[in-house]
Amino acid sequence: MLRLHPFRYHRPETVAEAVQLLAQHGQEAMPVAGGTDLLPNMKHGLFRPGHVVSLNRIGELRGISTIAPPSNGHRPGDSFVRTTGATGGTAGHLRIGALETLHDISAHPDVRRRFPGLAEAAGLVAGPQLRNMGTIGGNVCLDTRCTYYNQTAFWRGALGHCLKKDGDTCHVTKTGKKCVAAHSADTPPNLIALGATLTLAGPNGRREVEAADFFIADGIRNTRRAPGEILTEVRIPLGRPSARSAYQKLRQRKSIDFPLLSVAVAGDFANDGSVASLKGVVSVLGARPRLLSDWEGLATGKPLNAGVIRDLAHRAWQQCRPLENVVGDAGWRRAMVPVCVGRALEKLAGLGTRPDR
Amino acid sequence: MPSVTPGGAAPAREFSTIGRRMRKVDGLAKATGRARYTDDIQLPGMLHGKILRSPHPHARIKSIDASAAERLKGVHAVTTGRDMPVPYGIIPWTPDEHPLCLDRVRYVGDGVAAVAAVDEETANEALGLVEVVYEELPAYFSPHEAIAAESGPFIHEPRRPGRNGNVTKVVRLEFGDVEAGLAESAVVVEGDYFFEGTTHTPIEPHCAIGMAERGGRLTVWSATQVPHYLHRELARVLDLDPALVRVVQPPVGGAFGGKSEPFDLEFCVATLAMKTGRPVKILYTREEVFYAHRGRHPFHMRYRTGADENGMLAAVDAEIVLDGGAYASFGLVTTYYSGQLLTAPYQMPAYRFHSTRAYTNKPACGPKRGHGSVQPRFAFEVQLDRIAERLAIDPIELRRRNFIGADTRTVNDLRITSNGFLECLDAVEAASGWRRKFRKLPFGRGVGVAGSTYISGTNYPVYPNDMPQSGVQLQVDRSGRVSVFSGASEIGQGADSMVAYVVAEELGVPLEHIRVLAGDTDFTPVDLGAYSSRVTFMLGNACIDAARRLKQQVQEAVAEAWDAKPGEVLLAGGLAMRKGDTGVSMSVRDAFNLAEAKFGTLGATGSYDTPKDVHGSYRGATIGASPAYSFSAHVAEVRVDPETGFVDVEKIWIAHDCGRALNPVLVEGQMEGSAYMGFAEAVMEEHVFKTAEQGRAGLHNAPSLLDYRIPTSLDTPALESLVIESVDPEGPYGAKEAGEGPLHPSIPAIANAIHDAVGVRMNSLPFSPPRVWAALQNRTAAGAEGAGDGVAKAGRREREGGSGGVAKAVTP
Repeated sequence: MLRLHPFRYHRPETVAEAVQLLAQHGQEAMPVAGGTDLLPNMKHGLFRPGHVVSLNRIGELRGISTIAPPSNGHRPGDSFVRTTGATGGTAGHLRIGALETLHDISAHPDVRRRFPGLAEAAGLVAGPQLRNMGTIGGNVCLDTRCTYYNQTAFWRGALGHCLKKDGDTCHVTKTGKKCVAAHSADTPPNLIALGATLTLAGPNGRREVEAADFFIADGIRNTRRAPGEILTEVRIPLGRPSARSAYQKLRQRKSIDFPLLSVAVAGDFANDGSVASLKGVVSVLGARPRLLSDWEGLATGKPLNAGVIRDLAHRAWQQCRPLENVVGDAGWRRAMVPVCVGRALEKLAGLGTRPDR
Repeated sequence: MPSVTPGGAAPAREFSTIGRRMRKVDGLAKATGRARYTDDIQLPGMLHGKILRSPHPHARIKSIDASAAERLKGVHAVTTGRDMPVPYGIIPWTPDEHPLCLDRVRYVGDGVAAVAAVDEETANEALGLVEVVYEELPAYFSPHEAIAAESGPFIHEPRRPGRNGNVTKVVRLEFGDVEAGLAESAVVVEGDYFFEGTTHTPIEPHCAIGMAERGGRLTVWSATQVPHYLHRELARVLDLDPALVRVVQPPVGGAFGGKSEPFDLEFCVATLAMKTGRPVKILYTREEVFYAHRGRHPFHMRYRTGADENGMLAAVDAEIVLDGGAYASFGLVTTYYSGQLLTAPYQMPAYRFHSTRAYTNKPACGPKRGHGSVQPRFAFEVQLDRIAERLAIDPIELRRRNFIGADTRTVNDLRITSNGFLECLDAVEAASGWRRKFRKLPFGRGVGVAGSTYISGTNYPVYPNDMPQSGVQLQVDRSGRVSVFSGASEIGQGADSMVAYVVAEELGVPLEHIRVLAGDTDFTPVDLGAYSSRVTFMLGNACIDAARRLKQQVQEAVAEAWDAKPGEVLLAGGLAMRKGDTGVSMSVRDAFNLAEAKFGTLGATGSYDTPKDVHGSYRGATIGASPAYSFSAHVAEVRVDPETGFVDVEKIWIAHDCGRALNPVLVEGQMEGSAYMGFAEAVMEEHVFKTAEQGRAGLHNAPSLLDYRIPTSLDTPALESLVIESVDPEGPYGAKEAGEGPLHPSIPAIANAIHDAVGVRMNSLPFSPPRVWAALQNRTAAGAEGAGDGVAKAGRREREGGSGGVAKAVTP
């Protein structure tokens, strides 16, 4: 069988200890939570850390709680107030500790009620056993994936390696100097659409990064997390009760598979049902989830009906070009962009649910 | 007369055990984790081996330097091809493999050297220290290119100079006058079909352990389906006295044809064990299982099928190119099977096939469940559907009209005995609600039907000999316990259980008093292996033979005590009873003791050999000849999402004529497993390789169970098994095969259902979302130009020319 290389396994009990261990061992160290992504990658020889720092004993990284808005928050009858999407501001927020498992998030009543798109996405990751181990922190920090990268050392050697690991050629783009391995995690597109904020702890203390700014278009390292930092929590602004969200995942099987395409949408609606705000994120294109641009204007002030959904889906199609970086025909995946965006929007509009894959 | 037993109820009142719904004798051990598979075996001092594999699809080995690996601490031995120079091959006429490559590698993953070390990590490290210098050679990835090659270097040296060494086998057979039949046909349908290769994906990877002892004895434990062939080949290739070689087959965690010939690891563990004097284990990684492959061949097929105005078949013409991969494996047989097994359950007055198997620089293809006949069955059953459509005949009715019948001969002279195919059609038609669904469901939903046949073993063994195909030995203890020494291979299909049921039936012994010892060449008689759906038929008959010999002794002894005739002594339910007066009885144990007192130590052997000379007289006529044929019919119901191309197979009704269901639970299990596997190949599986444009030609596209996708339980349709019992005159209690036949119709039934649902013909496998979506796009692009055929419901007409392929219909 594929073997894990020997490594030292550390089990700190506080964030400070974990950060200190990562700093002490530098590039030799990697953090691990559920291990559902890191361990297979280690078996494939993609990483060879001499020190693995488990975060599982750090109680501070757990918990899902609603931080109530200040008393001067929205009241029934308020005219529409646009939420800023900024960090846990005046509207209150939901805090999710980075160690919370994908299963627990998918089943949590507050998540399900307020952020159904996120709950759905967490519940569609891999299979039940993996969701019982995998955490939201790990999902947010998931390594990018590529058909030329997530392979054994033998296979990559026979290929002649690639830009992301041990080589200097990108077999997807042929010419590019930039790695286009695919962002393949299910929860981040939702966190971006919902305006979430991520908290990172490192040797220099803590800092906050907007989920929308967290990812960069570099498949080799596609996040702004420094190697010595750990993600401690995710905070999602509560928004108004009328805010809604939805997720659509394209995959060949009804379980196990990473997405071949993913779409997260989040919006708010005025009292007359018209669109007040709308965000859409499409992923599994390149290394960074794509926040759709020139989009909201197509819908603002209008009811989210079939015609508007069609326009939005078409606009998404214009912006999204899947690559041959995962096992799945890229031409078909592109054709599925408007289909998946349309279906996500139908869910958002309450027009019914069509199959996720 | 065949009887339908929906849900597999046990109808057979003449039996005490046979036909009842029973557990497997090894079920509890497997369900509770007590079963010990090959990799569970740990021997004192055992070393771990690893095999170095070629990174090139085709190259000469210029040199191998293993000295640095040998010097690594913890490494005990390194072996290369030169230690094992004798070629082998499962078919004795095509020995084209070596345990490790001698001077040439032929696919990415071909074995080059093997090391034994104290642990796997050290063995892996040592592999990195073996220096191999290669000289790359031009490689072939398409069988058409391989066949067209005019000069070498070929993938294998031609057997005769001047020939194309890339061609494994050509078979051209014609029965009746095909051209005349086509010329006279009212309708001729012509189509090109492509069956993408698939692999077996057993959950247990291949694993073997070698142990050499002083005095020259060698033991090899292996997850194999063919311990006897492995025994022979180990002795031959390693130049050992076969009487000193022992092969043990522990419980096997799935095989499906993927473990039915010797593999490199078995020779390597033997050689490394002999070199080191210590036991050596090699366990394949999942990636290596994909390289070992021997899965279903990609088939490029062209069919012309002619019928009269009533839909009666007139002539069938097939042109097939098989993509064989780097070695012959069972390819000679596959090439014959590609044509030979198509000639039932329908009559066809004239039939011709021309099949060519080519080598390519990819992992070798071989037998997978439904060996050689699944691919042509797909094409042919779609052809039948198109004929039915052209003639406005219901496709089930068309198949009924062409039924070949029982006790007959096929056009290629195969002897058909029992045949429950009509009952299969009736069963799926009724159970599926066919008449209210076909052509009547809304757009996006549809039903399709297909039929098929398969062999219950082959009349001629892989290597020519006049000995029995299967043997069983029984031994009786004074406690009443009966041990069955079975040569057959339990690979999860129920071979061990089946012989226990037979013994229980014949000797009246409770199942819990029967022990089955199987798969150990030191202790069991020879059975040729678990392949070709031969085990129930052959081992079952052998076991009946042995049990009845023993029964005769017991009856004689008891009859003497009762002053009765032997025939008046019944053995059932743990008792010996007197016929007509069952109040007179004794325990089976007492009966055995009486028999032992009378005859001495009790035991019996039994064997079975196939009928010979019941085939045609042409060259190749023995291939495809079987003592009995099973028959199947499926109806599949699908829901196609026209926006995405996803095909949801909602249900498959599976009717299968297995002769008699010895244990309906196991028959249903085989039917469901077969239908599942066919469904998986139909909608999902793609055993494909990267191209040069994708970085490296011949590199496996996705050698993992994450990216080589097989359906999960959530994807799997509802499966309803309808057991048909035609009671074969030569099968054990009338039984025939059930393990492979019911795979065949899944694929064409789904293809035909997709057509009923959305009006496109899927002529290339798999019917994956991108392909179905593309077919629907092409159809939309083609607009309303499709020729009306009067059958398809409005707005869903079949476009002549099909899609997902280049089929076209020709009316003379």
